[in-house]
Amino acid sequence: MAAVDTIRPTANAVLTTQAPKKPANMGQIIRWLLLFAGGILMVMPIAYMLSTSLKWPHEVYNVNLIPVEPTIENYTYVLEDGRFFGWFINSLIIAIATTISNILFDSLVGYTLCKFRFPGRYIVFIAILSTLMIPTEMLVIPWYLMSQQFGWLDSYWGIMFPGMMTAFGTFLMKQFFETVPDDFIEAARIDGLNELQIWWTVAMPLVKPALAALAIFVFLGNWTAFIWPLIVTNSVEMYTLPVGLSSFGDEADVAWELIMTGAAISTLPTLVVFLIFQRFIIRGVVMAGLKG
Amino acid sequence: MYNNLSIRQKQIVWAWAFLAIPVLFYVVIRFYPTANAILISFQNWNLLGSRTWAGAENYIKLFNDPVFWQVFRNTFVYLLLGTPISLVISFIIAYHLDQLRFMHGFLRMLYFLPFMTSAVAMAWVWRWFYQPVPIGLFNNFLASVGIPQVEFLRSTTNALPSVLAPAVWAGLGFQIIIFMAGLRAIPRSYYEAARIDGVSTWTVLWEITLPLLKPTIVFIVVFSSIGFLRIFDHVFNMTTNDPGGPLNSTEPLVLMIYDTAFNGFDMGYAAAQTVVLFVVLLLVSLLQLRILRDR
Repeated sequence: MAAVDTIRPTANAVLTTQAPKKPANMGQIIRWLLLFAGGILMVMPIAYMLSTSLKWPHEVYNVNLIPVEPTIENYTYVLEDGRFFGWFINSLIIAIATTISNILFDSLVGYTLCKFRFPGRYIVFIAILSTLMIPTEMLVIPWYLMSQQFGWLDSYWGIMFPGMMTAFGTFLMKQFFETVPDDFIEAARIDGLNELQIWWTVAMPLVKPALAALAIFVFLGNWTAFIWPLIVTNSVEMYTLPVGLSSFGDEADVAWELIMTGAAISTLPTLVVFLIFQRFIIRGVVMAGLKG
Repeated sequence: MYNNLSIRQKQIVWAWAFLAIPVLFYVVIRFYPTANAILISFQNWNLLGSRTWAGAENYIKLFNDPVFWQVFRNTFVYLLLGTPISLVISFIIAYHLDQLRFMHGFLRMLYFLPFMTSAVAMAWVWRWFYQPVPIGLFNNFLASVGIPQVEFLRSTTNALPSVLAPAVWAGLGFQIIIFMAGLRAIPRSYYEAARIDGVSTWTVLWEITLPLLKPTIVFIVVFSSIGFLRIFDHVFNMTTNDPGGPLNSTEPLVLMIYDTAFNGFDMGYAAAQTVVLFVVLLLVSLLQLRILRDR
């Protein structure tokens, strides 16, 4: 079965249609219709969320997808309340900061482990890789103690610090730096660049697709992260969007259309980004999935 | 001084300069807390008082706790329902989608979209769907066609699958994309050879496609199993009025950990539960790799 192991899917392949052009026969038409119906079913929860967020209260419990009289009243109400706006900003700051940190550190470590020969290299690699097996949930109690001791509770840093670097990202970047020829690095050394310059100006531009894939994963992961922000934040002002939405939904007498509006606010940014960069994101997800 | 070093020595200096902050990070934020979690699991501690040695007390308490066994069962039900269901559905969709050209990208987008949503937001959307008449969408649909109502989140038997459904739904897109990448990697020549030999589509699927997809299947099984064993966001948000309810019927291990640590402040007991979670994840992953790789 050696042949099997050498077959490695590639990220770009998923974007090209390989199927030979067949004349449209009945089977193909039925297949298309069934898949189309399934796809519509898949997006129904998102569609109902958006549609309900645009409905007046008296219409919310009707099953029609298209609002009879669409209104942005719910959005005005939720945003005027102020809390959602604050949570949105918190989530944005945290997701952006952790993304930048991961881009820098994961790639720096991946690059070092890939391109340098030094004592301790193997141990560092195995040590970082082994952290992949440790579930976050095992660390939340010690992280909480640490945050309590250092006064990090209820702060941006407290929410962010566990995710500033990831073993997954490091491993992903290491894999991609393998594709950067050593000759390029040697040539840059001869040109008199120092190692930091070589990493930043020579190697990094060559792995841009991988950096983008990493950025997507880290951003999405931190934008939707729930358990740790729930634990580490106390004050309503410090909540992230998921934590805020959870507490908002749990308040007594909050109308469903307002919850749907909050859900839409926390989901729309990533959906819009996805719709714009669709091909790019799918390729990135496959890349990260297969190599990471 | 730096200039006197050989190229090799310079490399060592640079490598460790680059690694200094990350190594510190991994030691302080990953390894030390791991060791600390294991240590706390052998102690009694309510977050305010001092940490006292408890020996194996927390573990003994855990294994004698009927709630723990209920939770343990629930966690495996999530795994044993979630992983096969999402594997089969995502393979069927990927297999057929792979053979279509017309609006291929559009269909793929429809299936992938749920992956880009936030679990918390979607848990609330599904929670609304599950409400009884006249609120919930599903029951309103059922009522409009004259089918009796279904108690989704209020019944001890239906609540767990109801909570699982949005988790499966959100993960399908990722698995479909990974399956399609796996399918694309199979050389066309295999299929052409099979066609020349006049092999049926069904045989091609079982004898060529599935065996060659094994690395992809192993990846998806392990990846999704870890996800289902760690399910939390959906359960917590769909049952906030009675987390893990009704009657603990939806409570997974992570929710029990959260509850013990941050509502009960029994840190030692919660830490013992996290160690059990770690061991379960490790054993399940190793077992799956073993079974799937060897075959």
